[in-house]
Amino acid sequence: MPTSPTPSAAAQTGGGTGRLGAVMRHYLFWPVFALVALLAVNTAVRPGFLSVSILNGHLFGSPIDILRNCAPLMLVALGMSLVIATRGIDLSVGAVVAISGAVALTYIAGAPDPASTTTVLLAIGLALALGLALGVWNGFLVSVLGIQPIIATLILMTAGRGVAMLITKGQITTVTSAPFKTLGAGFWLGLPVATLVAFGVFALVALLVRRTALGMLVESVGINPAASRLAGVRARTIVWTVFALSGLFSALAGLILSSNVMAADANNAGLFIELDAILAVVIGGTSLAGGKFSLSGTFVGVLIIATLSLTVTNVGISPLVTPLFKALVVAAVTLLQSPVMRRKLSARTRRRGRTAPVAPSDKPADVSTDKVVA
Amino acid sequence: MTPPDAGPAGSPRDAGPEAARPVVEMTGISIEFPGVKALDGVDFRLMPGEVHALMGENGAGKSTLIKALTGVYGIDAGEILVHGEPHRFAGPSEAQAAGIATVYQEVNLCENLTVAENIMLGNEPRRLGAIDWPATRRRAAEHLATMGLDIDPASSLGSHSIAVQQLVAISRAMVVDAKVLILDEPTSSLDAGEVARLFAVVRRLRDQGVAILFVSHFLEQVFELSDRMTVLRNGVRVGEYRTAELTRTELVSRMIGRSMEVLEDLEVRTEHAVDTAQGAPFVQAVGLGRRGSVQAFDLDVHEGEVVGLAGLLGSGRTEVARLLSGADRADTGTLRVKGALTRLRTPRAAISRRIAFSSEDRKAEGVVGDLTVRENIVLGLQAERGWLRRLPARQVDEIVQRYIDALNIRPANPDALLRNLSGGNQQKVLLARWLATAPELFVLDEPTRGIDVGAKAEIQRLVSDLAGRGMAVLFISAELEEVVRLSHRIAVMRDREKVAELTNTDSVGVDDVVELIASGGDR
Repeated sequence: MPTSPTPSAAAQTGGGTGRLGAVMRHYLFWPVFALVALLAVNTAVRPGFLSVSILNGHLFGSPIDILRNCAPLMLVALGMSLVIATRGIDLSVGAVVAISGAVALTYIAGAPDPASTTTVLLAIGLALALGLALGVWNGFLVSVLGIQPIIATLILMTAGRGVAMLITKGQITTVTSAPFKTLGAGFWLGLPVATLVAFGVFALVALLVRRTALGMLVESVGINPAASRLAGVRARTIVWTVFALSGLFSALAGLILSSNVMAADANNAGLFIELDAILAVVIGGTSLAGGKFSLSGTFVGVLIIATLSLTVTNVGISPLVTPLFKALVVAAVTLLQSPVMRRKLSARTRRRGRTAPVAPSDKPADVSTDKVVA
Repeated sequence: MTPPDAGPAGSPRDAGPEAARPVVEMTGISIEFPGVKALDGVDFRLMPGEVHALMGENGAGKSTLIKALTGVYGIDAGEILVHGEPHRFAGPSEAQAAGIATVYQEVNLCENLTVAENIMLGNEPRRLGAIDWPATRRRAAEHLATMGLDIDPASSLGSHSIAVQQLVAISRAMVVDAKVLILDEPTSSLDAGEVARLFAVVRRLRDQGVAILFVSHFLEQVFELSDRMTVLRNGVRVGEYRTAELTRTELVSRMIGRSMEVLEDLEVRTEHAVDTAQGAPFVQAVGLGRRGSVQAFDLDVHEGEVVGLAGLLGSGRTEVARLLSGADRADTGTLRVKGALTRLRTPRAAISRRIAFSSEDRKAEGVVGDLTVRENIVLGLQAERGWLRRLPARQVDEIVQRYIDALNIRPANPDALLRNLSGGNQQKVLLARWLATAPELFVLDEPTRGIDVGAKAEIQRLVSDLAGRGMAVLFISAELEEVVRLSHRIAVMRDREKVAELTNTDSVGVDDVVELIASGGDR
């Protein structure tokens, strides 16, 4: 293993030289670059984009909007990162988001005193417990019954919205409850409560994963399940755990979403959030093949997606082409992330610095083939 | 490459008009992979109407030769004649078009299609551009009948046993009117009755004039079925023999080779005197077995003792190791660890009883390539502690450094990704992973396979040292020489059965073990 790259070695590896090259090769370089570029575009269109002002003791401004809007996705993508690291995928997160909101709001709406803190705490507890149970169900299908994750979670993805519909009796349940509204729309110390909750959970899990051995064992199971089993790793328990966590975090995301609008919409709450979450994980540099994962990468990925949504309105892109615009940005980031593309790019920069390549030899590849007629 | 020389003496081309002309004649075949000469000037010929066995140890070049013939690999030198015409196939489909069909160990068919569809796939009779299904089924039934198979062509393939699927695969090969049929380990997952059925079909095809190339690790089957055999060793042809003129012992010693390029300077020979009379064995298996894997066997391993498992590949060596280490569950017999009756349901259960298992399949079952050397070394220990009780960083560094030094792991960089290390160093890291869990029984399945000479000697010495310090070791290797040198006792496996056991003394040599493998214990 070379430890200190010599100048010639650095030139050979391509992608820039010296320290800049090292920075550029960092796996978070392109995602962070994309985020900065997006912010720059926004600032160019509206110079005040990045400014934050204080209004009624709260912070206001586009950056704060981004931080608040990204909270649900942050939680969902957190669970998704862990699931993907074990070679899995969880398609049911959107359905869990809908169920969680439906349960909480239906409970609050039916309670004698919707505005009491106890009611709200019970509703939150109920929704989280249900989310955890749904995650445990997914984990059971995958780790015990051995069903492929994409199929196992597809079951709940399909059924989940029906369940949410049953809970809300097909209505869009709305409530008025000040304590519940705090979760999605409130501020604390000038910052949105939703952001504080999501970032707090994210930081906690990131710490837990790297301070305990969980991260290493998750990666080990994702990279080589058979070897991990023989090494004594409880592969089944680990896979089960990450699915359970994904359910729990999705339920929390559902609470934040429904609290923000104070309504439970079984059909549309968290619609397609599974795709955004997978996207955020991939943009963050975690491979869908499982194994090595990066929570900081996911963090940046979520910020990119949230910024992108705001950019669309800020820059004034027609709603007609919004999906196309989003797709283009995402395609660019994932292309820059792909190892094949990187190799091609670095090969190109290298070639430019060299003299013309030697012409390929015209000599026949095989001179020993003499025709022998028997 | 130089132009081909005159060819070795006794080349089949000079065989004279009275001998049948070979269907396939390969001369001076050489294939080189980066750093390895997989085949070195190998001659091979296949006559019509014969079953020709291709014999050799693991890595001798059998599959490379087959792949050279079927066009999977390009050859660097040499010449392939099929029906006397020079051929160079660019791929298996070209070989098939020339009448060379291959049936692999794993059945490459579609289980969800019917037997008829599988047999005729790609060769269905057509009418007006559409597949003529009645004709397809009829033709399939005809092919089954010529092979003496009585199965319903309309039944789905998945509903049949592996043996029948194997036969269907052969029928499929015969649809293209193959003149050469290559059977690569066709019997590895069949039981005795199924083997007999397969052999009946193979003999029928042989009598119809098909040339059959047969590869198997089961010596008995080779002797039962083949008319002639070619033995390869280390990519070189040892010779071609008539099966009737060769004894089992001669065959085995030709496969293994007498020239032991051993490391004279590092010669470790374990002290043979281990008093196994005193105390109960650390592990005692009585009638332990698993259906379709290995027949019931008895085996004891005492503390401080190295028990070697000898046998050819596929003889059941690995299966014994897996049963003793919880990797597979036994379905018959009992196992005692330190005298206490135990069922090892998972590897974890074995680890908690201080049994470590180093798998022969380093890549699939050992190496976690994208993790670092450090993480790989502590993986077993950490898994045992559970995820919550993370090993303190200082302790990890100390353990990792200790094993990097003790086992001489290179590069001595704990942060290197394991996949970037050489095979020998990966093996050492895996040994370190297990040693860190402080095992009392170490089951080592082919710990020295595919690694360089220096690392091999180091691992041999380590095994000897561990036993010297009181560890029980079950040592498996295809290299009998190594087994004889390291073991106190040797258990001999053949055809998935333990056939003999002998106490190693200075007078025991490789020949004696070869003799036992060949004779199957009953002389």
